Amino acid sequence: MDIIEVDQLTKRYGGLAAVDQISFSVHEGEIFGFLGPNGAGKTTTINVLTGLARATSGSARVSGFECAGEIKKAQQIMGIVPDESNLYEEFDGFENLCFCAALYGMQKGAREKKAKELLEKFGLTEAGGKPFRAYSRGMKRKLTIAAGIIHDPKVLFLDEPTTGIDVASARQIRQLIQKLNQTGTTIFLTTHYIEEAERLCNRIAFIVGGKIVRIGHLDELMREVQHEHVVQLAFAEGVSNLKPSIQENYPDVVVEVPENQTVRLRSSQPMNLTPFMRFFEQKNLPVYEARIMRPSLEEVFVKITGIELQKMKQEKEGKGKQ
Amino acid sequence: MKSWIAFWNILMKDMRNYYLKPPNISWGLVFPVAWTLMFFLKSPTKVDVRELLPGVMSLSVLFGTTSMLAVTMTFERRSRSFERLLLAPLDLNFLMLAKTSGAILFGLVNAFVPVLFASFLTSLSDIRWLPVLGAVFLIAVTSTLLGLFIAVSVKEIFEAQTFSNFFRFPMIFLCGLFIPLQTLPLFLRPLSYILPLTYGADILKSSINQNGQLGLLVNFTILLGFSVALFALSMRNVKRKWIY
Repeated sequence: MDIIEVDQLTKRYGGLAAVDQISFSVHEGEIFGFLGPNGAGKTTTINVLTGLARATSGSARVSGFECAGEIKKAQQIMGIVPDESNLYEEFDGFENLCFCAALYGMQKGAREKKAKELLEKFGLTEAGGKPFRAYSRGMKRKLTIAAGIIHDPKVLFLDEPTTGIDVASARQIRQLIQKLNQTGTTIFLTTHYIEEAERLCNRIAFIVGGKIVRIGHLDELMREVQHEHVVQLAFAEGVSNLKPSIQENYPDVVVEVPENQTVRLRSSQPMNLTPFMRFFEQKNLPVYEARIMRPSLEEVFVKITGIELQKMKQEKEGKGKQ
Repeated sequence: MKSWIAFWNILMKDMRNYYLKPPNISWGLVFPVAWTLMFFLKSPTKVDVRELLPGVMSLSVLFGTTSMLAVTMTFERRSRSFERLLLAPLDLNFLMLAKTSGAILFGLVNAFVPVLFASFLTSLSDIRWLPVLGAVFLIAVTSTLLGLFIAVSVKEIFEAQTFSNFFRFPMIFLCGLFIPLQTLPLFLRPLSYILPLTYGADILKSSINQNGQLGLLVNFTILLGFSVALFALSMRNVKRKWIY
């Protein structure tokens, strides 16, 4: 079942189309990744879906509610974590969570209980009594995510949740996202970290210049650049001297020796590894690891969008530091 | 019920974070004292405190509410914490009522600070308090909504302050508090009649010193009309500019 349905959605600011006739759907219970460079239209899409912006044309529905006319009903089941932590600096962590719960009409007892639970879950119990302004960037992100889920939303919108924070906090946040998803929360995630999307998302959409250029399951996207099959074998001893002999015995594969104890086999067809294993066994060289090499999502992204990732990362991180 | 929980918590948050901060409490005390002193010093003859009361009360409300709401809203917009309220499942009209309630209450309390001071200096026994309360409330409502109108029109906090003064200072001299409307130049009088403060001040003058001009029913009807119209205009602006 689709929990988010977007059909021919366009959002214009003056003459500029920030989002241009995009269509996609998000299935209930999945982690959906929305990837693109700065200004691609990711935040605009989230703004339309969550009620902060109005669509110029097209339609968007969340849990069956029209974002244009029934946004307040849709907001009941949404949790939103913006790209910048926007809680109240004067309040402490506990008060911030209680206030956010009150916005969803939760009673005092229930919101205090939930706030304590979330502070514990996010490892912020000790910091719960400190003012938000005293929090580190990572702690602020964690508390902002906790505030986004205080009312147990069915859909959680996460806009760049790990941008500009330390590695440990980012890792913790990714684990929390996975746990949330396992409890049934649908997650709409925008990120510029390709490896993050690769690790977390079930399906991914690439958006560039306000248009969705590709959408699909991770495997489907990978297949687009997977023109050959690659297997990498690892040995305990050096094997570089065997390269001519392997190539001679198996002319249908391309043999590479990237390191002294590693052999890489490339073929346009799926490979049967049994003959290779026998070959090395006869040479008294046991294979202790055989790994299928897949293209990375980064390669897929660069091939489809033509955008250099390093440049995209630098742009984003520059923005995050400002 | 759920909406009222949100309403109450927004009101309490604003009270705690903005209106009950020591600088604002001291502003509420210093402002009416400063105005009263100014009249004492300026006047060559003995000044009747009761004569000053409608003016000082009106200005306390006007200055307290307009700038407070304009500044706090602009501050929340800048820090993006206002987005959190827009994203909550609260009707927008109800949300804006919750946001303005704090400023209205602040205005009400400000208005009665000069009354408290005056009670030590003169007898206030024959004042009609019900119309006074109604007038102060409606002055606070219209001034707060003016603050909201300003907040929607600016992006920076300093702009909110400057823009507030652009409206407030002409109002002081055109609302009939210090210069009777009949003595204003003819071309300025229409301006006086489009200011809500003119009608609020007239109720206060009638109720405190029995020297109002327009009659309570007319004044209250016009003030209520201004309140509804300003709220509708502000909401239209909020929808147009903040949900873009």
